[in-house]
Amino acid sequence: MLEYIGFFEIWGTVISQFWPVWLSLAVILSVSYYFRHSLNLYGRLFGSAIGMVGLVIVLFWITTAFFANWVAVFDPLQQFAMLKRKAPGVIDAETGKALLFGADNLGRDLFSRMVHGSRFVLIIAPAATLFAFIVGITIGLPAGYYGGKIDAIMSFLANLVLAFPVILLFYLLVTPGIRETPIPVAMAGFFFIFPIIFFSVLFYSRYATRPGLLTIQLICVLLIGGWLYSGLVFNADPLSIITLEPNELNIFASVVFVNAPTVFRIVRGITMDIKTRDYVAAAQTRGENAWYIMLWEILPNARGPLIVDACLRIGYTTILLGTLGFFGLGLAPESPDWGSMINQTRAFIRIVPTIALPPTLALAIFVLGLNLLADGLREQSLKD
Amino acid sequence: MLVFILRRLGVMVATMICLTFVVFYLVNLEPNLKKLALEQNNNRMTEEAVESWLLKEGYRRPILERYAVWIGNAATGDFGYSTRFRKPVAEVLAPRIGYTGTLMFWVMITMVPSALVIGVLAGMREGSKTDRSLSVVAIASTATPEYVSGILFTVLFASWLGVLKGVSKAGGIDFNNFALPVMTMAIYGTGYIARMTRASMAEVMTAQYIRTARLKGLSFRAQVLRHALRNALIAPFTVIMLQFPWLLTGVVIVEKLFNYKGFGWTLVEAADNNDIDLLLSCSLVSVVVVLLTQLISDIGYAYLNPRIRVN
Repeated sequence: MLEYIGFFEIWGTVISQFWPVWLSLAVILSVSYYFRHSLNLYGRLFGSAIGMVGLVIVLFWITTAFFANWVAVFDPLQQFAMLKRKAPGVIDAETGKALLFGADNLGRDLFSRMVHGSRFVLIIAPAATLFAFIVGITIGLPAGYYGGKIDAIMSFLANLVLAFPVILLFYLLVTPGIRETPIPVAMAGFFFIFPIIFFSVLFYSRYATRPGLLTIQLICVLLIGGWLYSGLVFNADPLSIITLEPNELNIFASVVFVNAPTVFRIVRGITMDIKTRDYVAAAQTRGENAWYIMLWEILPNARGPLIVDACLRIGYTTILLGTLGFFGLGLAPESPDWGSMINQTRAFIRIVPTIALPPTLALAIFVLGLNLLADGLREQSLKD
Repeated sequence: MLVFILRRLGVMVATMICLTFVVFYLVNLEPNLKKLALEQNNNRMTEEAVESWLLKEGYRRPILERYAVWIGNAATGDFGYSTRFRKPVAEVLAPRIGYTGTLMFWVMITMVPSALVIGVLAGMREGSKTDRSLSVVAIASTATPEYVSGILFTVLFASWLGVLKGVSKAGGIDFNNFALPVMTMAIYGTGYIARMTRASMAEVMTAQYIRTARLKGLSFRAQVLRHALRNALIAPFTVIMLQFPWLLTGVVIVEKLFNYKGFGWTLVEAADNNDIDLLLSCSLVSVVVVLLTQLISDIGYAYLNPRIRVN
């Protein structure tokens, strides 16, 4: 006979399990509140109710991902053969601890899987968004600044990618078959070279007249960039800190590929707007290098809309990763990411209605948090 | 205007050729061909047997030649043979597209008016209480992808309340059958269109001619209905048309979720079963739909907004 704990006890335990999260949330928020006047845009977020709600939700998931090992009750891969598809609050006889949100079709603890699932999302989504932004900025700036032929070619290529329905692209690009070909590695190799180019040009365009400083900067860029590059693309990090399985690389490169053209379009549009400003004309009259104007005059002034879009884009990428999991594309079957959890449990919602709720609600709340945060940031950045 | 349309058509054809070639190349990758050979014959074929079968079936010709043949056949209505359904592709696909068309029709009918109403109500008094609360609703709906809202609705309506079914049969047009999938798809798109409408409406409300209308002493209702609305709806028109690529992804998710055997379901089946001809045709259909809606949106935008035409 299985024993269950009651509704209030479930939520009491859930709340107490999250203690490291509450503690760090309290510390982060009170410290930021105290220094809010010297924190620029982030500090002004405290003036917007919507933005605050978003910030708290996003910080909640970041800290949960960070403390996942402490918050989770069980190992996310551990299977309890006796407890398959049991309702929330069922007690595991051996340890005497409850499976707070019930067990999935293989008898794994849904609560622990949900908590660990945040890790996958919070590593891949921001990282993929960052790479997409670097690629989009590196191509979008010259397209918007020079216009003409460069712009026409780049825009055509971007529209080509954008005309693909995302799901079709994933069904073609994230398959076991394609991992036997060099395409994913080639794609990753192409996209991940952009950060190295970006930072090299960034420093070169400004410090070309100071060779001493420039040499140090370029060496740093090449060392760090080369290290990340070897780890990410060839899975051959000499320090073996960064490892990426072939299927993860495949997902990562595809998500960057889907996002980069949209970022390109945004950056191109903003650049076309900003290049008519007086300070750009002043820099041109001073005879500044074109890349200096793009990277040191235009880009910093485009940061407001770009930060807002980055928030939205992390949310969108989270949805994309969930879609991949939902279709069982690319991810290992036992991986505790939210999309795969939804995919595996959704067949049983007739028997146990709550079985698919933890991953669905977790995903929806996280994306909602990012959207609210973006809205708050937009509102505050417009107040200038 | 004619030159404009012709130039757009040219770009569209170029895009279509590029996209279909990419799809053709990806679908015909070496591992997929090998898998096809094994599936079509027996799974214990030797390497040489696979090779000779591929050679015999013409899969070893240069990719450009094969692509030209495929596109030529497709243009004359021959889309190949589906290995999954064991029927010519055209016979499989035509009814499925019809089913999805019905679903899309109902989604559009519910989504567009509700999104426009929300957007206009929120945008006509920017910063008001109505605006704040409707904006939060719109944000919440864009943050809920189909696979989340679909499952929440199924749990709520089918499992707990027991009023609607959690699966939808293709072909049957009735409320019980369609309510859940349509609701699921409409919700995700509504938020986005509503936000665009709101932004456009809020911008129009600060325009000079609205100020003039207000100074003339027109009632608020007349300002909104007679002067603002018409100009505020130009931008959302483009957004609505450009929703189609997104709706296609939504269709695939919703059809898989509710087991509605339409176009999206067929695409998933084709991709999962390595059905090369069917997958190619599905891609062709989706690419054509996306590009056509882009074309219509461009032309419609130029028609609605004469300022664009001067260029």
